[in-house]
Amino acid sequence: MRHIISVLLENESGALARLVGLFAQRGYNIDSLTVAPTEDPTLSRLTLVTHGNDQVIEQITKQLHKLIEVVKLTDLSEAAHIERELMLVKVKAVGEQRDEVKRSADIFRGQIVDVSATTYTVQLVGTSDKLDAFIQALSGTQILEVVRSGVSGISRGEKTLAL
Amino acid sequence: MTSQSKHAEMLSGAAMVIRALADEGVEYVYGYPGGAVLHIYDALFQQNKVKHVLVRHEQAATHMADAYARATGKAGVVLVTSGPGATNAVTGIATAYMDSIPMVVLTGQVMSHLIGEDAFQETDMLGISRPIVKHNMSVRRPEDIPYLIKKAFYIAQSGRPGPVVLDIPKDMTIPSNKFPYHYPDEIKLRSYQPKLKGHSGQIKKAVSALLAAKKPVLYSGGGVIMGGAAAELTELAQYLNLPVTNTLMGLGAYPGEDKQFIGMLGMHGSYEANQAMHHADLILAVGARFDDRVTNNTKKFCPNATIIHIDIDPASISKTINAHIPIVGLVQPVLEEMLATVKQKKKKLDSSALEQWWQQINDWRAVHGGRYDTTSALLKPQHVIEQVSKITKGEAFVCSDVGQHQMFAAQYYKFNKPNRWINSGGLGTMGFGLPAAMGVKLNFPQADVVCVTGEGSIQMNIQELSTCKQYGLGVKIINLNNGYLGMVKQWQDMNYESRYASSYMDSLPDFIKLAEAYGHVGIRVTKPEELQPALQRAFVELKDQLVFLDIHIDPKEHVYPMQIPGGAVNEMFLSKTERT
Ligand SMILES: Cc1ncc(C[n+]2csc(CCOP(=O)(O)OP(=O)(O)O)c2C)c(N)n1
Ligand SMILES: [Mg+2]
Repeated sequence: MRHIISVLLENESGALARLVGLFAQRGYNIDSLTVAPTEDPTLSRLTLVTHGNDQVIEQITKQLHKLIEVVKLTDLSEAAHIERELMLVKVKAVGEQRDEVKRSADIFRGQIVDVSATTYTVQLVGTSDKLDAFIQALSGTQILEVVRSGVSGISRGEKTLAL
Repeated sequence: MTSQSKHAEMLSGAAMVIRALADEGVEYVYGYPGGAVLHIYDALFQQNKVKHVLVRHEQAATHMADAYARATGKAGVVLVTSGPGATNAVTGIATAYMDSIPMVVLTGQVMSHLIGEDAFQETDMLGISRPIVKHNMSVRRPEDIPYLIKKAFYIAQSGRPGPVVLDIPKDMTIPSNKFPYHYPDEIKLRSYQPKLKGHSGQIKKAVSALLAAKKPVLYSGGGVIMGGAAAELTELAQYLNLPVTNTLMGLGAYPGEDKQFIGMLGMHGSYEANQAMHHADLILAVGARFDDRVTNNTKKFCPNATIIHIDIDPASISKTINAHIPIVGLVQPVLEEMLATVKQKKKKLDSSALEQWWQQINDWRAVHGGRYDTTSALLKPQHVIEQVSKITKGEAFVCSDVGQHQMFAAQYYKFNKPNRWINSGGLGTMGFGLPAAMGVKLNFPQADVVCVTGEGSIQMNIQELSTCKQYGLGVKIINLNNGYLGMVKQWQDMNYESRYASSYMDSLPDFIKLAEAYGHVGIRVTKPEELQPALQRAFVELKDQLVFLDIHIDPKEHVYPMQIPGGAVNEMFLSKTERT
C-alpha cells in the first residue's frame, strides 16, 4: 500500500541525511521525497511517499519517531488529505505535434511555460496519478525530459501538523 | 567575592570539554591522543578531576567505557583523535549500539575550514557512525560545547539508551580563544521526549491477563538490567510464583540459583526454558526484543500465548512478534505499577493450574538439566565455569568474549545479581572481553572481575595487557583454550561435515610467557586436578594481580542445547546424538 508520510523535522545539518539513511539501512522504500523549510526557519517540512504492508509502515513511523530531530509526523494517507506534485515535461513539438501537445496540456489544465522552435515545456500540477496520466496521453509525442517534484501533502479540514 | 566571579568563567573550548565532563560527574575518560585532540589532552593535563586512561588501541577504550556503563547504568566516556582514532572506535560504538548501552564518544576532527578537503586524518565520522549511534552531532561554535556535552549525556542515558558521538573540529578547542562557560542543569528538546510511565489502562489489562494465566512465563531481557528493574522483576515473579527465563542480555535480573529461575532461553537456552516458552499460555516480556537468537522461526513461536510486552522503545514492540498487550514505558515504573495493581486486587493465579505448570516445568528440567560428561579425563569448559562460579560465589563481574566460552559462561555461571554479566550480545564482538573487564575493574577495584575468553578472542585485544599493567588492573583471565575458533568449528561439525575451514588456530603464543612479558602472572592448567589449586592461587593468593589462566579444555566440546534452525523455540539438539 502507498503511504504519504509528512514529517516536521528540525532544520539542522545532518537531519535529512539521518532520515534518508534510516530508509537505506532498514531496507524501506522511498518513492518520492520533498523537503523545505517552513514559515518557522528552525523547522523543515518533509513529505515522503513510501509503500509497504501495514507492519512495515508501522515500523517506518516508529523508527522515524526515534530520530532525535523528528519533531512530529503523521501518515496523511490515513485520513482525508490533499496531495500535489509538480511536473515539468519537455517534449518535441514540430508541425502538427505543436497543436496536439497544446490540446493535451489544455485538457489536463497544464501550462506551456517555455517554447522553442522545436520544443514545448509543459508545467502540470496535480496528484501523482494525474501526472502519470498526462505522460500516458503524450505517448504519441517524443518526450525529451521529465522532471517531477515528488509529492507534497496536507490534511484536509482543521487537522494540522504543527508545533 | 570579586566582581568578576559573578560573570561566567572564561574558558577555551578544550577546557570546556573537560570541565563539562567534570560537571557531569565523570571520573574516567578512556582514550588515545592524536593531532586533532591535542588541545583537549592539554586541558586534561592541567586539571585533576577527570582522569584519563590510556589504552593501547581505541577499540579497547570504547569497550572499557561500555562495560563501565553496563556495570553502573551511567554513560561511559571515550576520547579519540580524528581519522584512524575515530575509525578504530567504530566496532566499540556498534557494540554499544546493538546492546543499547549509554556512551559518549568525543572524536577529534580536522579544522572546520579543512572539512571536506580530504585533509590529513580526516574521515566523515558523522557519516560513518550514523547507522550505529543513537545520535551524533558536531561542534560548530566553541561556546556551544557545554550545551552539546549535556545534550550528548541526556540523549545517551534517557529513553532507550545508546551511544552518542560528538565530533569536535580542532579549531573549536584553540586554547587562546575563550568563551563564557555555563553548564546547563537540564536539557529540554521539543523533538525528543522519551516516555517514562506506562499507560495505566494497559497495565490494568496486562495484570488481568496475567492473573488469568494457567501457564505463564516471565521472559526478561537487557532492558531490565539497564533499566534498573531487577528488584521489581524479582518481587513480582516471587509474589506470583512465576517461572522466569532471561535472555543472554538479561542474566542476573533474577537470581540464577533460585528455583523459579528456569535458565536462559533461545539458541543455547535451557531445555526447560525453551519448552516453557513454547507451551506457555501467557508470556510477560519485559525489556526484551524477541531477537532472532531467541525466537528461532517466528512463524512457529509460542503458538498459544497471549503476549504482554513492556519496553521503552515502541519500535521494539510488534517488530518481529505481535504483542497483544503492548506497554510503552520505562520497565522500572511499569513493573512497580503492575506489582501495586496485583497487590491491590488481592488475587493470585489459579494455584492448582500453576502447580501443574510447575510440575511440567520440573519434568522438563530433568530431561537435560545442563548435563555434560563429568567422567572425561579432559577438562570440560562447563566444569571450569562452575568452579569459577563457586569460588566467586556467583558475585563476580563476568566479562565475556564471543564464542563457545561465552555460552558456557552464560549457562553455567550462576548470576545472583544484575549488572554482573557483561557481554556483547547483539553484535557479538570478539575482543570485547578483556577491555570490558578492565573497565569494570578500574571502577570496582575491590570486586572479583573475571574475563572469560578463548584463545581466538583474547588475541583480538591482547595488547591491553599492557594497559592492565600501567593501571594495576588485577582482572582474572579464564582462557578456555580449545585450540579452535570453537563456535565456528561447532557449526562446521554440524553443517559442513567437519570441514574446518580456517577454524583451527596454529602457532598460538605461549600465553604464560606472554602474560609474563607484560609483567603479569600466567598459570597453565592442562589436567582436571590442576584446576582447583590454580583457581585458589589466582583468586585468593594473588587476589590483586592480573592472572592469566590458560586452561586447556576438551577441543571437541559442543554447546548444548542448541536450537534447530528453522524450528520452533523448543526444537533443539540436546547433544551430539540427541534431538527433540
Ligand atoms: C570480531 C569478530 N570476528 C569474527 C566473529 C565470528 N566468530 C564468532 S565466535 C568465533 C570463534 C571464537 O573463538 P574463541 O575465541 O577461541 O572461542 P571458542 O568458541 O573457541 O570458545 C568467531 C570467529 C566474531 N564474533 N567477531
Ligand atoms: Mg577457542
